[in-house]
Amino acid sequence: MSQNSPQTLYDKLWQSHVVLEQDDGSALIYIDRHLIHEVTSPQAFEGLKLAKRQPWRISSVVATADHNTPTNHWERGIEDPVSRLQVETLDANINEFGALAYYPFKDARQGIVHVVGPENGATLPGMTVVCGDSHTSTHGAFACMAHGIGTSEVEHVLATQCLVQKKSKTMLVRVEGQLRRGVSAKDIALAVIGSIGTAGGTGYAIEFAGSAIRALSIEGRMTLCNMAIEAGARMGFVAVDQTTIDYLKGRPFAPKGDDWERAVASWRQLTSDEGARFDQVVELRAEAIDPLVTWGTSPEMVVSVKGRVPDPASFADPVKREGAERALAYMGLAPNQSVESIAIDKVFIGSCTNSRIEDLRAAACVLKGRHIAANVKLALAVPGSGLVKRQAEAEGLDKVFVAAGFEWREPGCSMCLAMNADRLEPGERCASTSNRNFEGRQGAGGRTHLVSPQMAAAAAIAGRFADVREIV
Amino acid sequence: MEAFVRLNGLVAPLDRANVDTDAIIPKQFLKSIKRSGFGPNLFDEWRYLDVGQPGQESTHRPRNPDFVLNQPRFQGAQILLARKNFGCGSSREHAPWALLDFGFRAVVAESFADIFFNNCFKNGILPITLPAAEIDALFAAVSATPGYRLLIDLERQLIERPDGISLPFAIDAYRKERLLNGWDDIGLTLRHADIIREFEERRRREQPWLFCG
Ligand code: SF4
Repeated sequence: MSQNSPQTLYDKLWQSHVVLEQDDGSALIYIDRHLIHEVTSPQAFEGLKLAKRQPWRISSVVATADHNTPTNHWERGIEDPVSRLQVETLDANINEFGALAYYPFKDARQGIVHVVGPENGATLPGMTVVCGDSHTSTHGAFACMAHGIGTSEVEHVLATQCLVQKKSKTMLVRVEGQLRRGVSAKDIALAVIGSIGTAGGTGYAIEFAGSAIRALSIEGRMTLCNMAIEAGARMGFVAVDQTTIDYLKGRPFAPKGDDWERAVASWRQLTSDEGARFDQVVELRAEAIDPLVTWGTSPEMVVSVKGRVPDPASFADPVKREGAERALAYMGLAPNQSVESIAIDKVFIGSCTNSRIEDLRAAACVLKGRHIAANVKLALAVPGSGLVKRQAEAEGLDKVFVAAGFEWREPGCSMCLAMNADRLEPGERCASTSNRNFEGRQGAGGRTHLVSPQMAAAAAIAGRFADVREIV
Repeated sequence: MEAFVRLNGLVAPLDRANVDTDAIIPKQFLKSIKRSGFGPNLFDEWRYLDVGQPGQESTHRPRNPDFVLNQPRFQGAQILLARKNFGCGSSREHAPWALLDFGFRAVVAESFADIFFNNCFKNGILPITLPAAEIDALFAAVSATPGYRLLIDLERQLIERPDGISLPFAIDAYRKERLLNGWDDIGLTLRHADIIREFEERRRREQPWLFCG
């Protein structure tokens, strides 16, 4: 490609990381930042040791324990022996090999890996960021090429600082206009998935653009990029603008002094050039997006809070019809039931999708002066990190949650994947701000409805799904 | 990684579509810190009548007699015959580890989920895609013939049926070479260590802030 032809942001990110092109069309891609957590790393370190290899550049590693860690009774430590072993194995591996930063269990900066990296300035624009976790796409909010990898690849990056990759196709998702009150980045994410489907992004790297995206905070952009993987894309990202730069200034691992000026100048290039060509373009109007609720067992099964659960008979495609029938049976819902008539048992506000300060503020704003409904058995607020938790407490948000009947927990993945004690019992229904509503995701037999933090708060108060715009 | 050249193996049929990685190895076993030892929990929810826990000895657990891998005639199977979209769901590499640890070296199916398919090659398992009609014929033959075996010849890209019919299959040349030689990815990449180091040094000079620490 000639130097002058307009490039997409993805082209720029890709080209700046190619170490070597291989004959089969793949390339060795250099990795700038490697995030590590306790679930997908032990076997990678084991493999490294078995092969008597050393890490290539251990200062690229930022590690934390998040998936298994309990979110209450920290004084008791980790009671489940298997979870404890994973976390202790991470401690031991970092002890042996080192890291740029390690935020272990109970550390003041510990938290969900995708919250911890950005808030410490360890995710910088133009980086390649990988982690043994599919929601690594979150870091695309900083114009990074960021995606999840498997454990073999974790070992590969540890040993070589590179990955063998094939270039993706490019998709531009442009959202123009202004979001209406009560509608958030989570609703944009669900609207995109609802419109292109969970396989719509397969094989693509998605760039989110348009005035509605530029108006989002970095937190909102992280929510959106986080969900790119649920649209089937490996990664999603947003170009650098002043919002990106303002967020990073002064963070611990962000550049300082002269380096800062030089870095900012280079970051400003991280946008798609005027006239750059994408393989596919999808356009949405921000005003057309309602607060959304998923009704099924895939994130694409989504509908407006004002809508109804679809009738499987209305799907022309037999595969979709069968999928909808199975989903309704699992979810215990009837065709054409109004979303607002669906009563809930539990509420979960947290996960790498929606556990940042802005998310907690949005939920607290709805909860202030109100109380959860009598039929809500458990409402959890789980901050994404120790820093988020303390910021929220400094703003008095913890008191709002507790007064409303929520439990205010310690940071971690928690009920997003139910690897620790936070989970749904069979048949229980949850309004959740996480990212996956698959069968059993939040506990065997549990029923998950994905929503934004403000909609989760509204559901907590009403005891069923409710339009947040009618509450505040 | 163990090389894969030729395999003459007993075939076990798993007659359902969309077998996801959570069915292959349920999530409670992801808490292990090893990459071996998952074999006893392969298809745990289908194989046993109780709910398996990590670290538990599986020898005395109640088995589901109807599940195919519990049937005596399939003991020692090395080739798994499956349907459409095998290995869908979460990206856990524990799925191929469990298959390998159980003894499977090849999976023959109508189609595979993408990440699982890739993960197989990284672990010395050969996933083979065949047309639906050929898969149907194999299911019929396995159920009709106790001790049904297939010979998989990777060099020639052929599956030889006992009746003498050969089924050709496709495989990417690079993956084939790696499997035939048992090369692991890391060893291959480290052949380029000098180029990586050069790239890294230039990057460090031009954008030092990416290398803090
Ligand atoms: S919060 Fe959920 S999706 Fe995010 S990293 Fe943790 S388990 Fe994965």
